[in-house]
Parts: sequence; structure tokens; C-alpha cells
Amino acid sequence: MTAVETTAENRKPVAPPRTTVPDRGLPSNAQARRRLGGVRSTDMLALFGAMAASLTMTALLWTELSPFTGVVGYVVTSWFLFVLTYAVLVSFDEDRPTMWDRLVSAVVHSLAFVLLAVLLVVIVYTIYRGWSAMVHLNFYTQDLRDAGPLDPLTVGGVEHAIVGTLVEIGITLAIAVPRGLIGAIFLHEIPGPFSRFVRTIVDAMTALPDIVAGLFIYATLILIFGLGFSGFAASCALAVTILPIIIRAGDVVLRLVPGNLTEASYALGSGQWRTVWHVVLPTARSGLATAVILGAARAIGETSPVLLTAGFAADLNANPFSGPMVSLPLEAFEAVQSPQPAMIARGFGSAATLLVLVLLLFAVARILGGRGAGQLSAGQLRRRAAASRRDKAPTWTFRPRSTPPPVTTAAP
Amino acid sequence: MAGMTRPGYDFVPLRRDVRSRVGPADRVFRLVARSGGGLVLVIMVLVGTFLAFRAAQALHKAGWSFLTTQQWSPDGGGFGIAAVIVGTVLIALVAIVVAVPLAAGTALYISEYAPSRIRRTLISLVDLMAAVPSVVYGLWGAFLLQWQVIKLSKWISDWFGWIPVFQVDGVTRHDPLATRTVYTSSTFIAGIVVAMMVAPIACSIMREAFGQAPPGEREGAYALGATRWGMIRSVVLPFGRGAIIGGTMLGLGRALGETIAVVMIISPVFQIQPHILENGTSSVSSLIALRYGESSPFGISALMAAGLALFALTLLVNFAAASVVARSRSGAVSEV
Repeated sequence: MTAVETTAENRKPVAPPRTTVPDRGLPSNAQARRRLGGVRSTDMLALFGAMAASLTMTALLWTELSPFTGVVGYVVTSWFLFVLTYAVLVSFDEDRPTMWDRLVSAVVHSLAFVLLAVLLVVIVYTIYRGWSAMVHLNFYTQDLRDAGPLDPLTVGGVEHAIVGTLVEIGITLAIAVPRGLIGAIFLHEIPGPFSRFVRTIVDAMTALPDIVAGLFIYATLILIFGLGFSGFAASCALAVTILPIIIRAGDVVLRLVPGNLTEASYALGSGQWRTVWHVVLPTARSGLATAVILGAARAIGETSPVLLTAGFAADLNANPFSGPMVSLPLEAFEAVQSPQPAMIARGFGSAATLLVLVLLLFAVARILGGRGAGQLSAGQLRRRAAASRRDKAPTWTFRPRSTPPPVTTAAP
Repeated sequence: MAGMTRPGYDFVPLRRDVRSRVGPADRVFRLVARSGGGLVLVIMVLVGTFLAFRAAQALHKAGWSFLTTQQWSPDGGGFGIAAVIVGTVLIALVAIVVAVPLAAGTALYISEYAPSRIRRTLISLVDLMAAVPSVVYGLWGAFLLQWQVIKLSKWISDWFGWIPVFQVDGVTRHDPLATRTVYTSSTFIAGIVVAMMVAPIACSIMREAFGQAPPGEREGAYALGATRWGMIRSVVLPFGRGAIIGGTMLGLGRALGETIAVVMIISPVFQIQPHILENGTSSVSSLIALRYGESSPFGISALMAAGLALFALTLLVNFAAASVVARSRSGAVSEV
């Protein structure tokens, strides 16, 4: 290019391009997208290879090298071998930190699996062993007054224990729930050195051995006040056991109540009592219900306080203040001491009935406690919207037409 | 500004009293709440006092030999808690050794590995496991687990019997005709069953702390190129250290006091049994549960003394746990 041509071009009105697009050859989307997650075939190969290797190695070890039988031992040994083999296999492909990551992941998964598997086995086994007793209707409608250990399962049942459990749990909750909730409110609302001290004591009391609670009631109500073995004494022992549980769980729930709600209440001029009654407790209602139900589930299954305080009898007694009163855990405990298969089946049946009760309580707790503090159910939202509309109505009539209506939010 | 007339106001604003007035309803409320807190103190003091009061007779007679005697025959001969305390502690130690890895692993799984949609279900399942009655665990342990575990016990004692704890007297190694009953009702089996009862309790404490590990630090670790385990090791575990220790101690406290499941599995022996795989052991709570019915007034007093010892032991463990948990960083969340 010559200078003349350049100047001639420059004279043209078109401005030179101020930016250029570099030529990259291929369009950018031709580059393969990298996968950041997902499973690679080498991972799977390492995992299943390690499993196969450990199972066969254990088989070799046990059949040839150190003869042995039993499922538990086989699983334990092959698990240790699996972890070792897996580490070696992964370290072929990956660097050291990745190997540790995979290894810990495998260990954590298997530990969680073991715990949940134990829960499943415990529940299924109890119901399986108790099934032969539970299918007979008389198991729920008769007591053991006329049924000896040798009688078949079509005679006698655990009605007395079911009634005893329900009566005892009712009295226990009547004693422990108000005191527990007041205790939780105290810990939450009145902070200070005294409540810190009480919190420590509650923590210590949570792990108070339940047999000591039973021993305490035995030493006081039965030996000193001469109450005798009864459902009421058992309920007192159970109440001592679950009181700290309700306080602790309630305290945790109350802490979740949003601080701006209580502060808004104080800012509107209401006192502490009014704030607790109208703001804190309704907000935490579902959580508190869960706390109470968890306490009830704990109390319903306690055996050792009941063992020391309730006495044992084979016939129905609905009066908690006189005579021994049997509950389901105690019935299960006593029945399986017998060598007779029918009695053992009854014991397992009692335990399974108890387990079903606990599961029911848990389902209720799950439904009630499905929401955090301040989250409302559909019905609560509807009621709140209706209340807002009611509150809004008079404001409309008294407001002058010139001012715009207030912006009300029916629900958060 | 005070004392000056502001524009738009035709009065002098006075200094307002901004203290809240405590009305009669609030006074009553505070009184009731305080008494509710005090009730817990009263119960704890009463438990200690009554146990000590009833135990005084036996303790006075036994003196210091109460701590060193192994046998338990209050109505003739001596009695002491040496054997039962050792048994209690051994069962609790086995339980803790089994339970803590399970609890920590499950807590890590729930807070770090599990998909978020099943996390709440898993939490409920662990809570359910804590609420399964102890008698159900006892049935499971005595009727199902025991017969599986004795084979493992035999294998351990055959190959690791040279370690004193795993030694079993009265069996020759690799004897195919050896009776299996020597391995039943042992500390090991009782400890495993108790472990399944304390693991969910320890797990929920650990999970809460792990879940509260600061997200900024987690993301920082990932941004620096850490693997998931690298992040857990450098952020989650240091943050939850107090909860791990505290959960372990609370589990230990619970394991020390567990009664029914232990009673259903062990066969009581009143001498110190250091071999955890061997038949026969004892614990304070099972001693009380087995002997309360057949005891004379003096025997009851001796049982109260044993209960008092258990009470003191668990109280000690729990105060230690509480102080560790309180001192740790986890759980100290300030409201924003």
C-alpha cells in the first residue's frame, strides 16, 4: 500500500473499525463440555472391584485359612478388607487427597448404613417375633388372669398392660408437661446466672440414670409415704425421667422464635407475660408439641423406673392409686423371662405393640413438627388472612376518601 | 434540645421515662417461671439427699470397704461396689468404642453427604432410634444379636486372645468342640446393644454442631481446592470438636445408667471380670433391678448406696460433658 492510497482512503467518510473480532478458527461451542459431577466408570470399577475382592478374600480366609462361621463376623471382616482394597484401587488412578476423600466417603456411607440397618432390623425382628401373638384379637381384649404360661396364644392377652401404659402415660404427661414448659420458658425468658445454673442442672438431669429416678420414687413415695406399688408412683418416676427432656427440647424450640417478633411485641408496649402468651408460645406451638410428644415416646418405653415402682400383676387394674399396675415394657420384660414359647411370643407381642405406639407418636410428631417456628400451615394462613380482612373492614369506613387505602399484606 | 420549643410543636417535650414498668401480671409470670426453674434444682437435690439418707445406714456399716469389696451379700458377709462399678465402666467403654464411630459417621453422612431431600427423614429416623424402648433393644440383643456375636467373640478370642482384654478362660484355642456358652452374656454383647442405644443420642448432638459449621469457611475451603474430606477435616471437624467430645460424654453418661437391656443380656457375677468376651459381668443398675425385690431393709439401704455411687458417677461425667460443650465454639450462635 502506498501513502497516497492511504490518504485517499482516509478521506472517505467511513470511520475505521475500533474493535476487531479475532478469528478463532472453530466456533467456541465445539469444545467439549467438561463434566464436573456424575459418576465415572473408573469409580464404579474401583468400588465393585473392591467389593468383589473383599468378599472373595474373606471367603478364602474363612474357609481355608482360619475356619469360622457366622454372618456378623463375615460382614465385619469383609468390610475391613473392602476398605483396604478400595484404597489401593483408587490410589492407582488418583492422587493422595482424592484417595482419602473416596475412602472417607465409603466409610461414612457404610457407618450410616449400619446404624439405619440396625434400626430396621430391630423393628422388623420385634414385630416378626411378636406377630404370632398379635394376630389374635384376644391379645388386646383379655388380660393374663386366666392364662398360664402353658396356655396357647388364643387365651389371654395384654389388655392390662395396654390400659396401664395409657393411664401411666396420661398421668406422667399431666405432671411433667406444665412443669416442663414452665421450665423451658424460664430458661428462655429470664436469662441470668440462675438460669445458666439451672440449664447445667437440666443437662445433668437429662442423663440421670432412669433406675435412679425409680429408686428415688421408691425411697420417697413407697418407703417413706407408704403409697405402695401403684401406677401413680410409676408415673411420678416417669415424670422425673422426662421432665428434663421436655425442658431441653422446649428450650431449643423457643430459641428458634424470631427475635424481631418478640421485639415488635415489646415495641407495641405489651409486657413480658403478654408477649410470651400471645407471641412466643403460639409461634413455637408446633415445635413445643413435638417436644412433648418426644418426651411421651421416651416415657412410654421406660422400663426400669416402672420396674421399681409399679409392681407386677396379671390382671386388669385401671386405678392408678391402688394396687400394682403393669405397663407394656414391663410386661414384655417379665414375659420373656419365661421359658415357654407362648409367653415369649406374648413378650415380643407386647414389645411390638409398644413399638407401634412409639411409631404412631413419632408420626404425629412429624406431622405437627414439620414446620419451623413461625411457618404456618395452610389452615393457619387462611385464618390469618380472614382475621386481617376483619381487621381491615372498619378502617375502610372511617378513612376519608382522599387518602389511599393502607397496603395490607394478608399473609407473609 | 430539651427545653427548646421545636417548630410545629407548641409544648416543651419533657424527658420521658423509658424504663419498662413491670406490671402485676409480669411479676406473677416471673415468679412462676422462676419456681419452674427452681423445681428442677429441688428435684435433683431431693434425689441426692434421699439416696444419701437411705444409704447412710449401709455406708456407715461398710465404711471404706464399700469401694473395695467385690461380693454383694449385705445380709451376711461383706458387700461393695468394686465389681459392679468395674463392670458398669467396662460395658460403657465397649458401648462408647462402638457407638462413637457410628454416631460420628452417621452425623457426617446426614450433614455432609446425604441429598438434602432425604435429610429430614434421616434426622427423624435417628430420633426414632433414640426413642425405641430399651426393652426392645434388650429383646433384640438377647434373642438375635447374641447368637451372631458369639461367633465373632470366639474368632476374636482365638486369634487375639493374647491381648489380656480378649482372653477367655476355660477354652483351648481352635477347639472345634468347645462350648459356645462361655461367650454368651458377656460384657462385649451388652456393650454392643448399649452402643446402639447411645449412638443416636450422640449422633444428634454431633449433627447439630456439624450443620452449624460456617458456610463461608466451607466455601473457602472448596475455593482453595479442597476435596470434600479436606473441607470436613479442616472446617467441620474442628468446628464440631466440642460437640464430638460432648456427645461422647453424654453417651457415656447414658451408657453408665442403662438398665433393662443390660439386665436382659448379662448373667450377673460379683467379681471383677476384666475379660470382655467371657460370660458373666455386672453393672450397678442391673444389680439394683435384680435385687430390689428380695432385699431386707438393710439390703435396700445397700442398694441405695450403690445407686448413690451411680448417681455421683453419671453426674461427674455429665458436668464434664457440659463444660466441654459450653467451652466449644459450636452452638454459640449470636442472633443477627
